Amino acid sequence: MDELDRRLINRLQLGLPLVPQPWQVLAEELGSSSQQLRERLQRLLDDGTLTRFGPMFDIERLGGAFTLAALTVPEARFEAVAAELAAMPEVAHNYRREHPFNMWFVLGCASLEHLDQTLQRIQQRTGLTPLNLPKEETYHVGLYFPV
Amino acid sequence: MSCILDPAQSLALRRLLESGLPLLARPYQHLARQIGAEEQQVLAQINQWQQQGLFRRLGLVLNHRALGFTANAMLVLDIPDALIDEVGQRLGREPLVSLCYQRPRRLPQWRYNLFCMVHGRQRERVEAQIAALLEQHLLSDLPYQVLFSTQAFKQCGGRFAPASSGASAHG
Repeated sequence: MDELDRRLINRLQLGLPLVPQPWQVLAEELGSSSQQLRERLQRLLDDGTLTRFGPMFDIERLGGAFTLAALTVPEARFEAVAAELAAMPEVAHNYRREHPFNMWFVLGCASLEHLDQTLQRIQQRTGLTPLNLPKEETYHVGLYFPV
Repeated sequence: MSCILDPAQSLALRRLLESGLPLLARPYQHLARQIGAEEQQVLAQINQWQQQGLFRRLGLVLNHRALGFTANAMLVLDIPDALIDEVGQRLGREPLVSLCYQRPRRLPQWRYNLFCMVHGRQRERVEAQIAALLEQHLLSDLPYQVLFSTQAFKQCGGRFAPASSGASAHG
């Protein structure tokens, strides 16, 4: 990753301008060309540095439902439970954290009903009761990683 | 020419965008052709969705671990109900805090109602930054915990149930 990659990533985290030829605008800003920027971005997506480019729809405004949930998983079963969750399309990401609640994951579902069913299914499959912590208020969403 | 798309075109456009924005010089023209519309209509529709808050920006999802952001801390605090909005807004304005949400307590197992995500490259530095943040906001004496992640099992940004992929993923 070189300096142009870094500047491109930092700039795109702020959003692509909504105009007919957005790459032309960025090329002028970054002193590059429209085609070069697109090639760079494609490579960063292909090699896994970036996982997605485009609009991120707010699932809740589209009628979907999100939650953050946690489990206390016995150490001997940790990998097996992680694999069980990884196979479920509703699980967006899953982290081990240093806490008695040692597994934390986000669920994204098409509806509240689907979310409840998903939590129940996790309980049935793992024998563990999820701690369900849906957000009640959003104070700030501003993921920005300067690279 | 109508400014906005008909419902079928609008749905088709959203489906196309779920896999991301095509990396072309004129991406909206390309999308417009696929749904039988004009470039300007597609731009107007996307602008309207953005104004309505359906999405915040045409942006990136980073594999933050691949980029070296491996010190991923979830700071959780037990804030008195009467103060939570004020404290949440204050912490949410801090550049260090990338996400800040109120979530329910689940007593007796879980007492914390304010969640802040802090991402950095080095754990020691993130720990020091969080300690300074709490001190600055006079929160050090309230119950709190910092949960660092030690392993990521699945991180896929925008893939969910098939009907709703491409949504933002912060739970």
